[in-house]
Amino acid sequence: MKFSIPNLKTEDKPIVIASAFILVILAVGTAYTLSTQGSAPLLSPGYLLQQLQTGSFLGIVAAGMMVVILLGHIDLSVAWTMTAAAMMATTVGGEMAIPVGIAIGASVGLVNGFGVAYLRVPSMIFTLGVDSVLRGLMVAHTGGFAPQDAATPLMRTLAASKTLGIPNAIFVWLVISVIIAVMLKRTAFGREIYVTGNREVAAYLSGIRTRRVILGSFIVSGICAAMAGVMLAGYSARAYQGMGNAFLLPAIAAVVIGGTRILGGQGRYIGTLIGVILIVLLNSVLSIMQMPEAGRQVIYGSVIICMLLVYGRGNRVHS
Amino acid sequence: MPIDVPIVKLTGASKHFSGTRALEGVDFLCRTGTIHGILGENGAGKSTLIKILSGVLQPDAGTVEVNGETVRFSNPTQAAAAGIVCIFQELSLVPDLSVADNISISAPPRKFGLIDRRAQHRRAEELLAQIKCEDVDPNSLVRELSLSRRQMVEIAKALGKDPKVLILDEATSALTSRDVETVYGLLADLKAQNVASLFISHRMQEIEKLCDTLSVFRNGQHIETFAKGAHSEGEIVKLMIGREVTAHYPPKPAPAEKPEYLKIDRLAWEGQLKGIDLCVGKGEIVGLGGLDGQGQKELLLGLFGVLRGLDGDIAINGQPCHPASPAQAKSAAMRIALVPEDRKTEGLMLAMSIADNLLAASYDRISDGPFINPDKARQAVAEGIAKLQIKVASPDDIVSTLSGGNQQKVVIAKWLMTDPDVILLNDPTRGIDVGTKQEIYKLIRQLADRGKTILLYSSDYAELIGCCDRVVVMYDGEIVSKLSGDAITEEAIVAASLNVGTQASTAAAGAHHG
Amino acid sequence: MADIRSALATNMRQNVAFYIAIAMLASLYLVYNLMHPRGFSAAVLIQNSNESVAIIFLAMAQTVPVLLGGLDLSVGAIMTLANCVASVVVNGSPGQIVLGMIITLATGTAFGFMNGLIVVYGRLQPIIATLATGAIAIGLALFIRPVPGGNVDGDISWALTNDLYEFVATYGLFDADAAWFKPIAWIPVPLLIVVVIAFGVWLPFKRTVTGRTIYAVGSAEGAAFMSGLPLNRAKIAAFTLAGFFAACGGLYLAIQTSSGNADITQAGAYTLNSIAAVVVGGTSLLGGVGGAIGSMVGALILRVISFYFRIVSIDPLLQPLIEGLVLLAAVSLGAFRTLQVKNRLNLFR
Repeated sequence: MKFSIPNLKTEDKPIVIASAFILVILAVGTAYTLSTQGSAPLLSPGYLLQQLQTGSFLGIVAAGMMVVILLGHIDLSVAWTMTAAAMMATTVGGEMAIPVGIAIGASVGLVNGFGVAYLRVPSMIFTLGVDSVLRGLMVAHTGGFAPQDAATPLMRTLAASKTLGIPNAIFVWLVISVIIAVMLKRTAFGREIYVTGNREVAAYLSGIRTRRVILGSFIVSGICAAMAGVMLAGYSARAYQGMGNAFLLPAIAAVVIGGTRILGGQGRYIGTLIGVILIVLLNSVLSIMQMPEAGRQVIYGSVIICMLLVYGRGNRVHS
Repeated sequence: MPIDVPIVKLTGASKHFSGTRALEGVDFLCRTGTIHGILGENGAGKSTLIKILSGVLQPDAGTVEVNGETVRFSNPTQAAAAGIVCIFQELSLVPDLSVADNISISAPPRKFGLIDRRAQHRRAEELLAQIKCEDVDPNSLVRELSLSRRQMVEIAKALGKDPKVLILDEATSALTSRDVETVYGLLADLKAQNVASLFISHRMQEIEKLCDTLSVFRNGQHIETFAKGAHSEGEIVKLMIGREVTAHYPPKPAPAEKPEYLKIDRLAWEGQLKGIDLCVGKGEIVGLGGLDGQGQKELLLGLFGVLRGLDGDIAINGQPCHPASPAQAKSAAMRIALVPEDRKTEGLMLAMSIADNLLAASYDRISDGPFINPDKARQAVAEGIAKLQIKVASPDDIVSTLSGGNQQKVVIAKWLMTDPDVILLNDPTRGIDVGTKQEIYKLIRQLADRGKTILLYSSDYAELIGCCDRVVVMYDGEIVSKLSGDAITEEAIVAASLNVGTQASTAAAGAHHG
Repeated sequence: MADIRSALATNMRQNVAFYIAIAMLASLYLVYNLMHPRGFSAAVLIQNSNESVAIIFLAMAQTVPVLLGGLDLSVGAIMTLANCVASVVVNGSPGQIVLGMIITLATGTAFGFMNGLIVVYGRLQPIIATLATGAIAIGLALFIRPVPGGNVDGDISWALTNDLYEFVATYGLFDADAAWFKPIAWIPVPLLIVVVIAFGVWLPFKRTVTGRTIYAVGSAEGAAFMSGLPLNRAKIAAFTLAGFFAACGGLYLAIQTSSGNADITQAGAYTLNSIAAVVVGGTSLLGGVGGAIGSMVGALILRVISFYFRIVSIDPLLQPLIEGLVLLAAVSLGAFRTLQVKNRLNLFR
């Protein structure tokens, strides 16, 4: 086994622990289903792919969220960015649906980034305000009713259809993952995100245009949230009020469980990926067990706290 | 009245920071009812001494005795309880609380368990009146006060702790002359009350006037303690400088006219720079001297595009330029580099790898379009490490695992990677070991020989003398002295820094002081 | 006299944001009453008070961790938990009702205390730790109330959500029609509760060493350490107090609605609104500046703005939009200081 934890770099340790925990979840879930139903759906590829398909929306949001958290900021506007992008995409419809949705996300990111980087308003509060404004705009736009426009065929194909037996949504998630991972690892912009997130003064004094980096990161987050919203609308065949609400906190949790430092500067994309899978699987095992919502919430919160405590202790020993 | 047991006694106290010694086997004692001046250059170990006495730091070796009893303070509160109270240079006031709150912060007067605001207010008024600061409103927030008023509040706060030993670390540097007089009076009163005061100051006149006992520190060692008047001012300066040869400097080329490259004209900013005129030639090393905080840092930051509202002109190679950000300053048009003052907070991303730190300023050089070319990156990192002979196991190690000297080399290498023409260095050898210092001196000279224009601020006068072709000394935002060639002597720099005498030789002649 | 005046002037200067908020609230509410068909009536005041209590308590709860320089994302959840607990235990004999109220408040306080322990000894970032404990609180609330409902004593519900007259009359404390009582009989009980808790708990707490340490930590943790202040105690106390205030909100909500409702969306909305109220009330998210009284005013401003939608012919659908714009405008005003910073390095501090 590869559990030589003492030799791991601090960055990698959460990833290994989270991966191990995924195995534990699968094992516990399978043991449960074997003893109650005599089957092991958790280990069937079909079931797992279906879970990953629903997880892909969370995964895409988390990818953008991670970029912002790497800077030590946070984007609380993702919920209504998703909804706004989905609603506008379905309203416009046709070929322009997806580009319009993404443009909405990019503009939201632009506003967020401007407030945080140039006005230096704490991201926590600025993105919260933007979220509220978006909600207001969407409520006003739809008149408070569920919008009647249906998702375009392309949106449906991307989110709900399968290719070679694999849901397309997973491919989209994969493509976005590769883009984000390459961006973080292989582009100047990506490295500047880490540098700025680590110590903004030092980055600024290294001649990095830190404000543009922050602005760019919020745009990435906005685009990711918009993409997730468009996909979710495709999956559900239409956009609806509050469709993004259930994604904000899990997205933050996935990023943090994946080992990204909430204060910024540290974290690997693979960790976020594993964090998303962990949360998705945890949710599905809990629903297989028919765990009531109450138990889910408690387990959910406890898992986050426990994992962070475990990571944290390692760090202290390290330093 | 003299008591035989000294109130404070240090025996064999040593303190090391990542390989450099800050204090080495110091024996020191201080008696009640004295005003004890402590003298020494920047980095002589004075601050470490008082930090140990006041419980901020713990000595690596040696003992501290208070009133004959061995003590070991693990925090400032314990030291204060033993009667040792320090007025720090970096203020210990909470900016968003009121003056009255701050003065009584650690042990406020209470009624029914709650802070008694009235009593606290009265107490603040009394203490402020003691130092003739009736003009300070106890209700005002500390953040609303000027630096000099804050310093006085800090003094009032210390007085409120009923000190047996009061340590003043450059406590008068920010004060107005009226306040300085008040503090003098206060120290005399305290002396009459049998309190021991440890007084650290760069101002020679102040120490001469005030103290009855003087101790000189140099290079982490206690050199001599003597009664006032035992040595002349000139002798004291010599004691502070010493005659030790700790570092070898690369040979300087013969003085020659260098083509003018960086030209600064009437540069002014916010009252902290008051019309700086300076020319630095291509291939020339110009040193910035003076005490800490006389505008040297602001000058470097201004040249690097960090300051807003800068007045005056800057020209590089005859081209006027006004960098509005470090990003512009490092751009192809200007090619300026700055090695900042505090490498841990401003120079490095401590939690990132050596490679990431090295590349932080030069992503454009190692990228093809938006993508980083891993080969170019690896090569650039390898070159940077080789050029400065940074001792690393692997470039992927976290930079904070390196020694201070090697960390500083990483900062310098980061900037050399951008191929700068103008290099601004803000105290690049502070807190690093002698070996690395010498390598850096050599490197600076090599860079100058290759036609770089170098502006070097150093708090170590010996370094200015050893490295620079010319030295300008700053005092209160102005250049008060320009020295070149053989006129660059420690005496001349010290004298100009303290703003005593007119020019060079006054302090060197020493014997005749006023 | 001159002394008092100068002290007052100092106070005004130091709390500009607070006094602006008060002035804003006063003018907003004045205009609201002028425009309201039944403006300046006791009925309107009582209704408005009732609708403001929960968010006021939550804003006060959020204030304490924010003063520390942190953030508590679990306040809404703790409120919901307390709400559900109260919906079970606040009924029966008067003694049982009081005991039930104490249990409710103790639950929230204990939860806040746990937050504090996790933050201090687990060394987790407050924002992420409370995000997780918030889920736990909601889970516990759902265990207690899987579906909305509950049973809260009807008398107490009536007595605490009306004016003092009804309170006295309900419990027959004395002759509610007594002449001396008349001038104060109109005061809404909810308003009184808020004021009593704010002035009876927050102001004394602010004057303890622990309370002051919270401010000192938020303002300059290094200086607080150098001055030998009890840092850990202050941090734990901050989250504990947040739990207590949140529980006050939850208890009142239960009394007001006579039921408990473990609504996740509502909990989240309350948490986010509490942050907005804190900022509007003049407390700095960076810590050290502000106070719970300001947050109370901030919460009221947000509430009054929402009241307008009932009487003005603006489409009520625009409400979240306008609320969001108000929030953005309020926080962006602070940006002017940023634009005046002369040494750009100071921007990063």
